Amino acid sequence: MSTTEIDRQWTTRLRQRATGKLPPEKLLPDTQPTYVASWIYVFGVATLAALIMVIVTGCILAIRGPLWWHGSVYGHFVNSLHLWSVEIFFFTMIVHLWGKFFMAAWRGGRTLTWMTGVVTFLASIATAFTGYASQTNFDSQWITTQAKDGINATGAGAYFNVLNLGQMLMWHIVLLPLAAVVLTALHVLLVRVKGVVPPFAEKVEVHS
Amino acid sequence: MAFFTALGALVPLDHFGHYFHWHFIYLSLSNLIIILLMIATFLAAILAPFPGRKSRKEHQ
Amino acid sequence: MSSKRFRPDVDAPEYHGRYSPYDIIKEGTIAIVLVGLLTIILAIVFGSPDERAITIKTWSNAAPVDFATTALSELNGTSGTAQYGAPYNTASTGQQLGPLQLSKWVGVRIPINTVKDFVISPLRAMPSQPALRDALTQWISASTSTQDAWVANYTKAADKLTFTNSVVTVPAANAGPVPIFINDLTQMARTGALDQALITESGYYTTDYTRPLLFLADGAYLESVATKQHLLGTQWGMMNETGSYPGQAWLWLYSFWYQIPPFNSSWGANADVLVWGLMMLLSALLLLVPFIPGLRSIPRRSRVYRLIWREHYRDQK
Repeated sequence: MSTTEIDRQWTTRLRQRATGKLPPEKLLPDTQPTYVASWIYVFGVATLAALIMVIVTGCILAIRGPLWWHGSVYGHFVNSLHLWSVEIFFFTMIVHLWGKFFMAAWRGGRTLTWMTGVVTFLASIATAFTGYASQTNFDSQWITTQAKDGINATGAGAYFNVLNLGQMLMWHIVLLPLAAVVLTALHVLLVRVKGVVPPFAEKVEVHS
Repeated sequence: MAFFTALGALVPLDHFGHYFHWHFIYLSLSNLIIILLMIATFLAAILAPFPGRKSRKEHQ
Repeated sequence: MSSKRFRPDVDAPEYHGRYSPYDIIKEGTIAIVLVGLLTIILAIVFGSPDERAITIKTWSNAAPVDFATTALSELNGTSGTAQYGAPYNTASTGQQLGPLQLSKWVGVRIPINTVKDFVISPLRAMPSQPALRDALTQWISASTSTQDAWVANYTKAADKLTFTNSVVTVPAANAGPVPIFINDLTQMARTGALDQALITESGYYTTDYTRPLLFLADGAYLESVATKQHLLGTQWGMMNETGSYPGQAWLWLYSFWYQIPPFNSSWGANADVLVWGLMMLLSALLLLVPFIPGLRSIPRRSRVYRLIWREHYRDQK
């Protein structure tokens, strides 16, 4: 087999493109530009940490099924962990969003980074909503019977039936988390590829 | 088990809460606290001094 | 690229400055530990709410008159579900977004016939009782106009509906089998049998609670419990949680629109679709901020970034 043949292989080409775009030192950097010096920068990683807590606690709740937490003290405690990690997740994500907005973090070819972040935010709201709908308690009864009108009014209710527990649970534990995790991974990879947005230029043109 | 029973919730929030009502604004106290805390956290994050200046300067 | 004019809200200046050490794995680990600890502390201190679900059994025992009245509204077609329109039936056009009748165009995808699904079919599932069996036979063999007349006669007297000695009574004349239906459905509900009948109509296994939830929502009882918990739409209910737990605070903007004109007054009938349309528009704006002149200049004009990068600018002086 000639080297050119190997070079032309899909696998080789994919690897070369991937490592070209995202070499190991970019994927796991050991230095940062010095302008990255503010507490606002910790809210991205804090959101990720909260997402991990949400997923771990969600997985524990999944082991024994959707009704377990009503009757078990341990289950109820795991539910509490799940609730509070979600509250922290949204809290840190919103602060992160504000911070990135005021840095205009989409500049310099980072539009896709911004957009994947916004879509992740919207997907997370949908995930949280289907979670509230899957609680199998009074709260889920009330929330779903209220929310049906808004969703039905858009026409989507015909296919996305919030009163169908099985459907909501599947969206909550399979489809939407998958979307949220894939989007988050894409978002983080884009941050690594493009790097952290540099500050606005302010009469520094003299130097450069 | 006893551990979780004992620590189930030190301050359970199951009673009907306080509500903040001003004109058409009607927020539960806990949601209001979270929203205010979010704004406070944002302000603190951009205003608070970030540690580690010294080491950064020393390092090329 | 370099020949193009530099657009400060779109392009970023090249960075030729210094770099400092950064341990991304250590940072991530610390974040997970701290967030984990905070989660555990909050869970231990506050716990989480779990208000038991209402059943049709609890409803009909707590408020039998409300249940019987709701059952009648399913039979005479005045209930919320009976008049809903798509996706449940064709009783009304539903909400409109200007000229767009979105739900109507999608059509009836989750068909619900309140007379059949909420009253007649559950009653037919009851164990054989001679009086009920005769009443059902009388109903089925009657013409639609006769059925309508029976229901109308019963409805006329329904404001005098009472529940005494565990029996629903209405002083109605010429109501055919309707008094038996309403009373027996109430009795059935009070034993819990109606809860079962509504979810097992489509088979043994089920994960679909559309029918019992719609029936529950047609009554006043569910809403009265929700009102006590501050969960009504007019109380910014979508954001709130039972008890004093924090809820979906991130829905503040969505809840907000329902509180102000025109959504809470003149356009009220179409409020849901209007608010949804507006939220989709606003979400699109947020998504497309990098492309929208003016909006994308807010960060630079507001100069908040001067605070965030103050050390960087100080270094440059």
